[in-house]
Amino acid sequence: MNEFLRVAWLVVRKDLRVESRSRELLFTTVFFAISCVLVFSFGFVRGGRAVEGAAAGILWIAVAFSGTLALGRAFERERHHDALRGLLLAPAARPAIYVGKLAGLLLLLAVVEAIVAVMVAFLFQAPLFRFPVRLFALLALGTIGFASVGTLFSAMLVRTRSRAVLLPVLLYPITIPVLIMGVSGTAVLIAPEPDLAMARLWIGLLFFFDAVFLTLALWTFEPVMTE
Amino acid sequence: MPYSEPVHFERITVADVSRHFGRRRALSRVSFDCAAGQIVGLLGPNGAGKSTLLSVLATLAAPSTGSVRYGAATPGAAGAALRAQIGFLSHDLQLYPELSARENLEFFAGLHGLDDPRREAADALARAGLDDRADDVVEGFSRGMRQRLALERALLHEPRLALFDEPFTGLDEASCVKLVRRLRSLRADRRIVVLATHDLDIVDGLLDQALLLRAGRLRPLGGEGTLRERYRAAVASGEAR
Amino acid sequence: MTPMNRRLFPVLAGLSLFFFVTAPVIIIRAPYESTMGLVQKIFYFHFPAWMAMFLAIFVLGIASGLYLFRRKPAADRLAVAAAETAVIFGLMGLITGPLWGIKAWGVWWQWDARLTMAVILELILIAYLLLRQYGGAGSDRLAAGIGIFAMANVPFLYVSTEIWRTVHPRTSVVPTLPVDFGIPLWWSFAGFIVLCMALLAARVRLEEQRAALDRLYLAVEED
Repeated sequence: MNEFLRVAWLVVRKDLRVESRSRELLFTTVFFAISCVLVFSFGFVRGGRAVEGAAAGILWIAVAFSGTLALGRAFERERHHDALRGLLLAPAARPAIYVGKLAGLLLLLAVVEAIVAVMVAFLFQAPLFRFPVRLFALLALGTIGFASVGTLFSAMLVRTRSRAVLLPVLLYPITIPVLIMGVSGTAVLIAPEPDLAMARLWIGLLFFFDAVFLTLALWTFEPVMTE
Repeated sequence: MPYSEPVHFERITVADVSRHFGRRRALSRVSFDCAAGQIVGLLGPNGAGKSTLLSVLATLAAPSTGSVRYGAATPGAAGAALRAQIGFLSHDLQLYPELSARENLEFFAGLHGLDDPRREAADALARAGLDDRADDVVEGFSRGMRQRLALERALLHEPRLALFDEPFTGLDEASCVKLVRRLRSLRADRRIVVLATHDLDIVDGLLDQALLLRAGRLRPLGGEGTLRERYRAAVASGEAR
Repeated sequence: MTPMNRRLFPVLAGLSLFFFVTAPVIIIRAPYESTMGLVQKIFYFHFPAWMAMFLAIFVLGIASGLYLFRRKPAADRLAVAAAETAVIFGLMGLITGPLWGIKAWGVWWQWDARLTMAVILELILIAYLLLRQYGGAGSDRLAAGIGIFAMANVPFLYVSTEIWRTVHPRTSVVPTLPVDFGIPLWWSFAGFIVLCMALLAARVRLEEQRAALDRLYLAVEED
């Protein structure tokens, strides 16, 4: 187990170091997320005010879209100099490499979400931070669910043609439950009469989704990555 | 290190290996074997299947039919323990351009579970002749410098099987001579070296075994003259068929 | 698998033909439902079509797992067959659903739990086929990964859409249907399941022949 974590940490540290040099992923993803929120506001603002209940949807769609962008770029980096095969050739447990890539992406998305959440709360007068712990749980679990499937998919798409199109084509339908759970959970939290029991139910479901899909991803990573 | 016992092998046996997708064939019934202390050259035109064969030997790709045995071990059963004994210099070098030469080496040394990544990386930098550029990011390196760095990266963990895809690309005269010397020392160390190359003049006289791949198949290489003449004759006879 | 499959297909095809020829008779004889009128009869196709799709998705998931972990080419052929069959039955469900909806709800489409789930499942299956089509060499192994995820997704989609929205008649009405409605329903159900298996067998056989043809091509090139 120690060995597993050591390898995962090496991969995370490497990604952080690469990112600290170029900052490409952070800047482009944050900028893209902000653009998303703005674009949606043109769709959902009527008479100077946001359509009721739009905030939760906009928050999650911005997360999903910018998450896809980040996933694609993160693995483009591994693909570019064939580095991913260098990682796979190391005698380390391959799932540890998966976990390392996933953890790096989660860190990046955490930054993006912090910015997007504040922006949505501010621009759409949504009381997002009324229940900060529950909102945090929803976002964290939702992002883990989305990114755990996404990391596996973008890793395996590295060696296919038309990977840029196939990633969203495959990822969105499979992660729709995350989107439904995340949006519904956020919606009941920011409703005029918050329904905490429902929020707990959605958080529980997200947790269950994460457990199942993270396990599946760890289990299939090795065979899927062998050509 | 905590990895399972490294696999020890003195011989690789490639038996009837094919790899195809539908009707497109990358490799067709390739069989050969090589022993410790041998340098094997994979020759052949572009798209002949050299890189595919190297991927299969590196256990990164599984053959559609046939098998590769590393001594008594098979990739399926040995997995990580076997990968610990394989070094692979691919055509795309597998380096991170945003990281410095030292960081690249330390990262891969860590992944391979070497005891002292710092020292190993420093030694490798010295061997690559890159001491003075160790802390510069690889992005600014010339192709030759990257090539030297990638070579040392592939050999960091002193693998029993070293696979090189076009190792001479971008190297100047002096570096080529050094690389040949390095390959000879690997042979003296009783390692197995398989290299795919177009630089026939350089490897002439270096190879213990020359294999010609054409359209995924092994072709006989005639016995007369220099390696280049033999290669030309074999390719020409292949085209005449 | 091949010889068994060869004998299996005619049996399955004959059986499903029998069910589909007899089903209309039984459906016509079933009592006329007063509120829904003739449209109620769609139910005898709609529900079994979905069940056939779920069967196909289940086959897809299992076959994908076998291919991924055991590298059995036959499992891969079964997986493609299952995915395509599931898409077909899913389309049947998606066409018959709105026909029912316009009568029952007054609109063609409702964001109702079952309909939403159906659309998403159809989307996942089509994405699977797109990957196989456009992924290039080696995408069969990746598709196997997607196949497993598609199967694992079914319960989550079910629960999440169920809680999210519900307008659809509950599935729990099925066992409580009066016998007069129940007999034609289960009759059609059996017909659809057998048809699903027949299509699977035929499609697998096509893939087998394709693989055999590929092998022959490779063998001819060999000399």
